[in-house]
Amino acid sequence: MFERTELNARNDRTQALVKVLFGVMTVLLALPVLIILGMLVVRGGPMISWEFLTADPTNGMTEGGIYPALVGTIWLVSVALLISVPIGIAAALYLSEYARDTWMTRAINLAIINLAGVPSIVHALFGVGAFVLFFKFGTSILAASLTLAIMTLPVVIVATRESLQAVPHEFREACWNMGATRWQTIRRIVLPNSISGILTGVILEVSRTAGETAPIMFTGAAMFLPFLPQSVMDQTMALSLHLFAISTQVTDVPEELPYGVALVLIGLVLALNAVSIGFRTWLRGRKKW
Amino acid sequence: MSTVIDSGDADRLDAAWWIDRIVKVLVFAGGISAIVFILGIFAFVTKEGFGFVLKDMDVVEFFTSPNWRPTSDTKPTHGILALLAGTASITGFAMLISVPFSLGAAIYIGEFATGKTRETLKVLVEMLAAIPSVVWGFIGLSIMNPLIIDLFDVPVGLCMLNAGLILGLMAAPIMTTIAEDALKAVPDGYREAAEAMGATRWQVIWKVVIPAAKNGLVAAVLLGVGRGFGETMAVLMASGHSINMPEGVFDPVRALTATIAAELGETVAGDTHYQALFTLGILLFAVTFVINLTADLVVRGIRKK
Repeated sequence: MFERTELNARNDRTQALVKVLFGVMTVLLALPVLIILGMLVVRGGPMISWEFLTADPTNGMTEGGIYPALVGTIWLVSVALLISVPIGIAAALYLSEYARDTWMTRAINLAIINLAGVPSIVHALFGVGAFVLFFKFGTSILAASLTLAIMTLPVVIVATRESLQAVPHEFREACWNMGATRWQTIRRIVLPNSISGILTGVILEVSRTAGETAPIMFTGAAMFLPFLPQSVMDQTMALSLHLFAISTQVTDVPEELPYGVALVLIGLVLALNAVSIGFRTWLRGRKKW
Repeated sequence: MSTVIDSGDADRLDAAWWIDRIVKVLVFAGGISAIVFILGIFAFVTKEGFGFVLKDMDVVEFFTSPNWRPTSDTKPTHGILALLAGTASITGFAMLISVPFSLGAAIYIGEFATGKTRETLKVLVEMLAAIPSVVWGFIGLSIMNPLIIDLFDVPVGLCMLNAGLILGLMAAPIMTTIAEDALKAVPDGYREAAEAMGATRWQVIWKVVIPAAKNGLVAAVLLGVGRGFGETMAVLMASGHSINMPEGVFDPVRALTATIAAELGETVAGDTHYQALFTLGILLFAVTFVINLTADLVVRGIRKK
């Protein structure tokens, strides 16, 4: 009665075929990362040295190192974080701990999706119109970092909200039953239990912010500057814009130089990502509830 | 003890109550900041660009002329047809490749792969998403460009094909991740019921899981389109950036986003060219807003069920 029929055999063949097909598709998607990394390491690796990281670019950016661009990226990312992390955590707390399912909450969620979905060049236009011109910050680290902060705000909000919601509701109820206020519950119970998840989101945001180019092009980053920024009102060089400049704007750049810059940039970004992913996996393994 | 709360306790409770109120206001301010920012983006981009819409824009020319010559001394023209065609062709080509691969990968990762393989593939897809736009542009410029010239024996490799392939790879992770989430959201009970009837894994996926996750999959594709449409640096560097009504995949093209990035630096704040570029910004904002809104409504469609 339970003999395998021709139909069974055909179904199994389809099944095996589909599995292989989709497997191959997945590998073809994942493979480019490895190929790209490989090519960047092979061609850019020899460029990397302590001197490359700590020397100024010389001879019209065709020789020398990337020190001012590296410093500039650190400035831009740090200021952007100072702005977006508090706002992002507050927004996530509101959505996770206070908001009910109203039209207001829906509007906030839609706004977050759109902040993440608006093209980076439109964020750049906003930065020019609002921070450079209207608020008169000029082309400065402040204007560029504000633009970056608003653009990457959804990363912090989404990650924080997720880790807040992973804290079981019973924890909060137990605390409320003791007579604690909402804030005391958040401060003593919710935040301590989700802080590592929030940190994961922040690291991810650092990596996103460090790689962006379009939003900083017209708001505060310059292709070449002969000095390092002294305050947030100065312009700065940045790693991402430096890569754009030497691979499209400057002539007579030795072929290997942009590979070196690209390797540093992608190394920075992927290392931060790896830390974030590793941290998340470790957290998942450690979870007590 | 008859007094439950002495006056010191009452003061402390009072302070706690006030702190609670203050935090509530602060947190609410954080919550609505996202709305403030998105309205701010719309307001400021419109403020800078609207002068052009009111004064210099010839609506018919704007949408139907392929001539974008905003800096011409004799007769500047502001036709965006070629730029629209550039954006549409690159995005379309990217989706043609990326949609089947991303959905296939989502199904493989979500339904077939297990354990270590699954985790590894997910991490690789995440890494793909992390590569910065300007690095993709550089890859288009210095790796894909010579490769296309060699493989297809064409004079220049910066073209629709190059930008489309790069954009496809860039849009793939977001589509894969969202599609996989949509598949994961289908209750296991559905799968078990179908398997109990003797269906193979693939029959379960094809007849049960995909129909149940349909809305989420559509939203994934929409968000991928939005991503491709708005991509700037990679497209600027890999597309060839010349104004052209594309006729084949080897034609260099120019995208809306790339036009803003390449030309804004040459303008003076407030002049016609500057305002025209902001008008492109209004258009980009409007289109991505509609795409995101549609994706959101489509996803909400499933939740209601």
